[in-house]
Amino acid sequence: MYSEQFRDSLAAVEAARAQNIALDPARMTAEEKERLLAAYHPDYKTEEFSVLTVGPNAGDRVPHELCELLQAHSRITEQSVDLTTPAYDVDVLVIGGGGAGASAAIEAHAAGANVMIVTKLRIGDANTMMAEGGIQAADKPNDSPAIHFVDAFGGGHFAAKRELLSKLVCDAPEAIQWLSSLGVEFDKDADGNMITTHGGGTSRKRMHAAKDYSGAEIMRTLRDEVLNRRIPVVDFTAAIELILDDSGKAAGAVLMNMETKELLVAKAKTVILATGGAGRMHYQGFPTSNHYGATADGLVLGYRAGAKLLYAETLQYHPTGAAFPDQIFGALVTEKVRSLGAKLVNKRGEVFMHPLETRDVTAASIIRECADRDGGLSTGNGEAVWLDTPMIEQIGGEGTIEARIPAMMRMFEKYGIDIRKEPILVYPTLHYQNGGLDITPDGMTPNVENLFVAGEAVGGIHGKNRLMGNSLLDIIVFGRSAGQHAAACAKHTTVGALTLSHVTAFEQTLEQAGIQTDAVSPKLLPNYTKQPAF
Amino acid sequence: MESMVTIFLFGKQYRVPANLTIMTAMEYAGYQLVRGCGCRNGFCGACATIYRIKGDKELKACLACQTTVEDNMYIATLPFFPLVKEGYDIETVGTTEAVMMQLYPEIYACIGCNACTKSCTQGLNVMQYIAYAQRGEFEKCAEESFDCVMCGVCSSRCPAGISHPQVAMLARRINGKYLAPGCGHLEDRVREIKDGAFTDLIEALMQKPVEELKELYNHRDIEK
Repeated sequence: MYSEQFRDSLAAVEAARAQNIALDPARMTAEEKERLLAAYHPDYKTEEFSVLTVGPNAGDRVPHELCELLQAHSRITEQSVDLTTPAYDVDVLVIGGGGAGASAAIEAHAAGANVMIVTKLRIGDANTMMAEGGIQAADKPNDSPAIHFVDAFGGGHFAAKRELLSKLVCDAPEAIQWLSSLGVEFDKDADGNMITTHGGGTSRKRMHAAKDYSGAEIMRTLRDEVLNRRIPVVDFTAAIELILDDSGKAAGAVLMNMETKELLVAKAKTVILATGGAGRMHYQGFPTSNHYGATADGLVLGYRAGAKLLYAETLQYHPTGAAFPDQIFGALVTEKVRSLGAKLVNKRGEVFMHPLETRDVTAASIIRECADRDGGLSTGNGEAVWLDTPMIEQIGGEGTIEARIPAMMRMFEKYGIDIRKEPILVYPTLHYQNGGLDITPDGMTPNVENLFVAGEAVGGIHGKNRLMGNSLLDIIVFGRSAGQHAAACAKHTTVGALTLSHVTAFEQTLEQAGIQTDAVSPKLLPNYTKQPAF
Repeated sequence: MESMVTIFLFGKQYRVPANLTIMTAMEYAGYQLVRGCGCRNGFCGACATIYRIKGDKELKACLACQTTVEDNMYIATLPFFPLVKEGYDIETVGTTEAVMMQLYPEIYACIGCNACTKSCTQGLNVMQYIAYAQRGEFEKCAEESFDCVMCGVCSSRCPAGISHPQVAMLARRINGKYLAPGCGHLEDRVREIKDGAFTDLIEALMQKPVEELKELYNHRDIEK
């Protein structure tokens, strides 16, 4: 229910709706986009970043909050953990129970490896579960992996590692086929053709979806398959440090029971980090669309063991986080709302941009509209613009919203807002970690042998900005691939004596660099006690 | 001054701001959550919660992250419920109603009390989708249950011991794999890629100078 303060603006939006539906706003030129990003995108605010002074990326800038964790103390010391009696001894250890971890575990199991998953919450408590809009794959006759490549490469500012991106786009159709064969229900017409839409920055309609529960449908199916295969899942257990062997290869992890704080050792021939993103770090004070455990743990673990980061200074702020009411502040409003025809409208009822620019450009444009063009409405949680959802029903016909985006309808309905009849208020929310650990196409880190990374913890697949629908895709493509390669690699690996000497060495580096800090990492969970804002 | 309400967390009284969800109210009260908190956005089912408003006999269920606190709300979270999850091989499971009889025979003990539907945190017609499952109508069961977040509240209220979310999960996988129509353009594209139809194109993109790729990107056709 909208309060009195929004009435005039709502009336203006309604009055202009018919005219706004007919409008076809121009897309920005490359120069316009560059200027906009430099002035308004959070990644370009230099005062929000620190320069790392120790570790593989010394000299590179990362957000203050991440810098603090990367240069923090370990939760353990080399002496405090007994490595001689591991509680678990497996071929492949998967750290993380989201879409990438589950895909990796399924493939490693299919390859005959003894694989287990550890996860600090439950399997499926992950950003995958919350991905709404869809998954890209160039499988229509008017499309091709090459066109998909150009869309993603340009959208990521020509910074993606081409060998990773080409794998992403070429393996995409097979990823959809694999998910279908597991029973994932994609939206199809009566003849079996995929119902596909645009995402921001796509030049072909290649967004496959399962209503607006796309990630949930994928995640619950993968979880069911993991359980059917009886792959052990050790839940409420966080990896707090990687273990290496005496030849420097990844060989397991120190685990901590999240409830009892008991420490356990997992020994493994190969390790897959699939720990996800960092939204709960609330960079620059932004709210987030991410799940509770998104605290960049994998970046910390990998970094301390010697793995290098790529593009860790680039974050994705999803243009449309819910800005009202308070209870859902920062929650994701899927891009699919715009794919289906809703436009962004300022407080005066004016459409101020093309609704399907890439996410970084769209977010920056909304920030500009509020900060410098007097187009935002004050909500009590800062400013916001309208996303005119009733347009969808007028364009697609009555019932479109309920059929295509039921989760969005339900989310706002709980607060008395019928998105079929009334627009919603949105503002950018911290959504995705574009950067992460550097990998080669087989998923291994170049600097730490037998350490694989998959999913949001990887950097370089998307460059410096990611297109909608390419993350659900990357967790499947690179998750499966990491599982296959880690299983193969385990076959010819002999683990030497386990060691945590890298933890001691990192502590010494901190000391030598004169870094004095009380911070310990990985963070594991945010602390919201007495901080109800998020 | 923000308005406050009184709530009872596991019976203990707290004063919290009225605009909080049950989840953020618990944090406001000082709980550092580990269990019972997952996506915080209504998709993962981690925060199933039972509550009763003082003076009201009716027991209600909700997701803690999706529900605003009310005055005199008695709250107990249900962070775990022992659902029965049967293992099966999706490659050989089949599509007949015998699947359900074999794996989840308790669905035929449903007494029609409708407690599952009344307690569903997503407002789904749970008893109806179980009825579809009983009859082997997996497509209808899949559609009716699609928005399920598997929080388990329905099962906690069921006198017949049915694990509704797992029954629905099985039906959706059978529907997605076997009953939904196959996708010709997808199969074609996978074959073309395997046959190397795009190898030269991709190879060319791998070698192109960035300036040329910028030209390509900035002047590409965008499907209407």
